[in-house]
Amino acid sequence: MTITLTPVLSRTWDEDRSWTLEVYERFEGYAGLRAALTKTPDQVTQIVKDSELRGRGGAGFPTGMKWGFIPQGGDKPVYLVVNADESEPGTCKDIPFMLANPHELIEGAVIASYAIRAAQAFIYVRGEVVHVIRRLQRAVEEAYEAGYLGTDILGSGYDLELTVHAGAGAYICGEETALLDSLEGRRGQPRLRPPFPAVAGLYASPTVINNVESIGSVPSILRNGAAWFAGMGTDNENPKMRSKGMTLYSLSGHVTRPGQYEGPMGITLRELLDLTGGVREGHELKFWTPGGSSTPLLTAEHLDVPLSYEGIAGAKSMLGTKALQIFDETTCVVRAVLRWTEFYAHESCGKCTPCREGTFWLVQIMRRLEDGRGDEEDLQKLLDISDTILGRSFCALGDGATSPITSSLEYFRDEYVAHLEQGGCPFDASAATLFQGSTTGAAAR
Amino acid sequence: MSAFAPEVRSRLEVDAKEIIARYPRSRSALLPILHLVQAEEGFVSPDGIEFCAELLDLTTAEVAAVATFYTMYKRRPNGEYSVGVCTNTLCAIMGGDQIFSTLKQHLGIGHDETTEDGTVTLEHLECNAACDYAPVMMVNWEFFDNQTPESAVQLVDDLRAGTTVTPTRGATLCTFKQVSRVLAGFYDGRADEGPAAGPATLAGLQIFREQQESDEGKDGAT
Repeated sequence: MTITLTPVLSRTWDEDRSWTLEVYERFEGYAGLRAALTKTPDQVTQIVKDSELRGRGGAGFPTGMKWGFIPQGGDKPVYLVVNADESEPGTCKDIPFMLANPHELIEGAVIASYAIRAAQAFIYVRGEVVHVIRRLQRAVEEAYEAGYLGTDILGSGYDLELTVHAGAGAYICGEETALLDSLEGRRGQPRLRPPFPAVAGLYASPTVINNVESIGSVPSILRNGAAWFAGMGTDNENPKMRSKGMTLYSLSGHVTRPGQYEGPMGITLRELLDLTGGVREGHELKFWTPGGSSTPLLTAEHLDVPLSYEGIAGAKSMLGTKALQIFDETTCVVRAVLRWTEFYAHESCGKCTPCREGTFWLVQIMRRLEDGRGDEEDLQKLLDISDTILGRSFCALGDGATSPITSSLEYFRDEYVAHLEQGGCPFDASAATLFQGSTTGAAAR
Repeated sequence: MSAFAPEVRSRLEVDAKEIIARYPRSRSALLPILHLVQAEEGFVSPDGIEFCAELLDLTTAEVAAVATFYTMYKRRPNGEYSVGVCTNTLCAIMGGDQIFSTLKQHLGIGHDETTEDGTVTLEHLECNAACDYAPVMMVNWEFFDNQTPESAVQLVDDLRAGTTVTPTRGATLCTFKQVSRVLAGFYDGRADEGPAAGPATLAGLQIFREQQESDEGKDGAT
């Protein structure tokens, strides 16, 4: 059966000047905010809880529950921080969303701030996307001029200041507590928990940190109701074993038609590939990530696993950011994993020993394996070091660094061994490029 | 006192105070003010670090610790254009490695080095959230999608020749210093330039529209 796409966040992206307030208002822009302001903050939180929206940034924590954790009535201010530091390899949904329609994010941020009773919100956006930052800056200006931000929003008596804050190039700042340190003007290093940000976040005050797509989904829930949102997705009696709503799937790599596809939770990669023309012509699927490089690799045997939190967890991976990076049979898995490992070593913040030292040694071993200078013992050493990092690091960066290694060894151990036997990489790197036959060799770095 | 000329310093102070006013606590202004000093000098100099420290009542060591943590702050004068090639796994395999090695050879410089004429600083980048447009390059943090070794060579040649260059999804190219000022939070009025989205961003929406049209066609036939 052909799946049906459900463009909600993406519904306006093909409109002329879709980033402007004028266009957004033509498509029910800020109608969700108007609906929210007729309710109490706690009612808004309850609606988001009832929708069963879960975090779209990787961890999948229920959004409404996160809001409900904020202690109310204390003397400290409450903050909302939108995590727009999209940097997980393969992940490319929040950046095009903010480029095409920054107002839907701003509307969601106002609704969320109202629900948790915040008077100040921040959008922490990675610095390396200047045009996205311009669109956000201008949209915030427009929202102030139209009375969606500032004092007495739409005559409700509710006040909110929203600041767009550009990062400066550090993957680790996508980790929520590192992001808070960075927003406080420090090196972006994760904090030990507890206390959790809901209790002691920004400036040690109660803070909600949500991903762009999570916050961006909130206006549609307020416009259409929790039941509408929960009417999409997977079903199960156990709430923890179902995934609700629509989401952005990002398809990239060796496919006919890479891009953003907004559909219900729980479609399969096979369905998505069938809809979009499949793997690039004349080639076949070798391995893929369900949600960025930190989620364990899957293979062709997982084509029918539902892309839902519980579905992908059942396949020993994680839904993550739904960043579906597709690699065909021309790709050397050892080369791919080496490059990700170099990335984690480069981005490790250095605060905790297992991650700082572990990622360094993983790179040394992966390099000699790819070059054919390794030996059989190295494969066990990779697993031993991974075991020392996983669950023993300060934050999920270290855990993520082990995912490509352990999963590739599980599914492609033979390919590692082939590197040992041949004394080098058996693949022709130029065959994997999109411009076969053109110019020089592989190891550019 | 930092070594900025008095007129530069007084101008930067006005901007920096505007930045500080955006935050409940002044130290939060450090990252944007570092972008601001980079907009002035093209990198974060020891003078720039002293300026930040004085304004935010921090030690220069505290400021330097932050400035050296983040890859976007340059410690040597940067070229007018930062030319980055994504060499994280997906882009690398799709051809980013070949693009980067071609550019190194063509320009005669390596990672984080600048051409003698001061126009181009070459870098390899980590994932820049445009994987559906791989292989991706960034020039001064604007997107140049779906690159090849040939298009990359043409791009840097155009930059060095002063030819106008337009990003795939973004505004007419600004200099590194101008872009740094936007990152400091000073909007430059260019949001309306460039498209809303590229073809890959719209791929799902286009299929949806086609599905709708075909459904309407069927309804009309019955």
